[in-house]
Amino acid sequence: MTYVDDSFYDDLVASFRDWQRPELEVRDAAVRDECRRLLEREARLLDERRFDDWLALYTEHCVVWVPAAEQAGDPRREVAIYFDDRRRLEDRIFRLRTGKAWSQVPPSRTARMVTNVEVFRAGDKLLVRSNLLLAEFRAGETRTLAAWCAHRLAGGKIEAKQINLLERDQSLRNPSVLL
Amino acid sequence: MSTSIFFEHLVHEDRVHRSIYTDPMIFDLEMTHIFGGVWCYVAHESQIAQPDDYLTTKLGLRPLIVLRDSNGKLRALFNRCTHRGARVCREARGNARTFQCPYHGWTYFNSGKLRGVPWPEGYACDFTDGKYNLAQVLRVESYRGFIFGTLNADAPPLAEYLGAAKKPIDEWLERNPGARVVVSEANRLRFKGNWKLAYDNAADGYHVVFSHRSLLETENRHAADPNKGMSFYMGKPDEAPMYVQYFGHGHHFKDKRPNVERRPGALWEIEGVQPGMESYERLIRERLGDRASRALDLASSEPVNINIFPNLSILGNHIQVFQPLAVDETESVWYATAIVDEANELGGTADAVNAIRMRTQESFPNFGEVDDAANFEEIQKGLAACEDEWVYMHRGLGIPGRVQRLADGTLKAPATDEVFMREHMKEWLRLMTTRPNIQIAR
Repeated sequence: MTYVDDSFYDDLVASFRDWQRPELEVRDAAVRDECRRLLEREARLLDERRFDDWLALYTEHCVVWVPAAEQAGDPRREVAIYFDDRRRLEDRIFRLRTGKAWSQVPPSRTARMVTNVEVFRAGDKLLVRSNLLLAEFRAGETRTLAAWCAHRLAGGKIEAKQINLLERDQSLRNPSVLL
Repeated sequence: MSTSIFFEHLVHEDRVHRSIYTDPMIFDLEMTHIFGGVWCYVAHESQIAQPDDYLTTKLGLRPLIVLRDSNGKLRALFNRCTHRGARVCREARGNARTFQCPYHGWTYFNSGKLRGVPWPEGYACDFTDGKYNLAQVLRVESYRGFIFGTLNADAPPLAEYLGAAKKPIDEWLERNPGARVVVSEANRLRFKGNWKLAYDNAADGYHVVFSHRSLLETENRHAADPNKGMSFYMGKPDEAPMYVQYFGHGHHFKDKRPNVERRPGALWEIEGVQPGMESYERLIRERLGDRASRALDLASSEPVNINIFPNLSILGNHIQVFQPLAVDETESVWYATAIVDEANELGGTADAVNAIRMRTQESFPNFGEVDDAANFEEIQKGLAACEDEWVYMHRGLGIPGRVQRLADGTLKAPATDEVFMREHMKEWLRLMTTRPNIQIAR
């Protein structure tokens, strides 16, 4: 897996900077609906822990980036909560399937709520902004994690996802659910 | 308050009483006797590199502003307006010469000195006597960038307190160019369990193959030869060259370096796969040729755990800090570090090294620590069974010749031995039954 290199990082950081501009907003209801359906499908597949079907929604050279900083900077200079290429996403899934990932034994029950979907043009790609509320029941308690998300879509698949947790620079209790 | 007899019942040679993890009264006493009574890590100098830089944190439960004042002096102010007690500073970090309380506008210089209050003519008192300056931590000292504070007027100088732990800290620093690291962002975790559960685990070699089985399997799934990460715990860890060492004052050390060949590149070879490693490795080898291995090792995890009682663990490339929130809640913050190569020892590859080093540092918090934290929470739940009183720490105890006392007075034992926690519990007992000479400065 060699696709993560300097130009990949440059492109990613540039992509998620200053993209929510009114003139780039997509007003076409059909396009917005398609994007929303993709995000809702992603949420359901994750809630159902259908990880293979979920990863199939992503392009080959994909990335999931969950910044740890209040203001996301350059992931080459700072750790993130997640900075996963496809291989590390596959590692995450592998780990959960060993049955020995004690932080997810038994697995959490989740319900992800995807709302506030807005779509912006980014060249021949689409950038989708949404809010995410992840309700998680685990070990006798239900809690919620909230975030705003950015999905970069190419050819109907997810090429890059950035999840900006409200609590990103705070300590998280058992952050082991696949985001 | 006479607590000696009460405490002596709680700590024995082979076991401790469950209540040291569950009793809120004991936790309250720890917030003075331990967190304040001894040197506690508060920040790294790279986080407050310039004069007037500050960050907010805690010493035990006390809110602090740790800063470099306008004259460059390191201070840890109590983030508590002298007037009515509100926190004066609500930001995580920044740069400021003064702090103004949002309640009544009392203003302080970052030295802690009161600058002024609104309408002072309404007060009969004279504000020049220093009585209303911000309180601050009595003693603040830095050891090579690691900033500690204590409220104990009788505490020895920091360097003396660190004692034999200084040597591995020096080695951990000196493998980096300029013997420097810069704190980057952090992976921040929280668990519903007592802080000592994390410190008990800090040099624990016994749990690795069980707790971190999923990590070991994941790391090794790409490799033909399963030698990645902490694989050396599989097989017979007590017969391996790695060891655990107790330094005194509650500090201990897990040294896994003897398991790894002493040559450049050996650490890199056992590092698991991480995003971007191939591209940046190619770049580094193109630029440095034969000298690439040293740079690649800097992107890899240094196989040590240097634990400084009560709240610091220096491990891999991380600075891990434990913050007690309540008797049954603790933060475990994994600060990542980056290298800074001012003398260009690495031929322009420092950025490439850091690009890998960030990804390697995300690995254990994501794939390992979460399982430890889950186990700590399960301990806290299990300990609710109050008739089942004892928590056992007797692995290795009573086996002749297993624990060696070295010439410098430190103790050395095989990797899965629990001597280190028996010793830190003795020190805990001593501290809990000794009244510390707590003072604040103003």
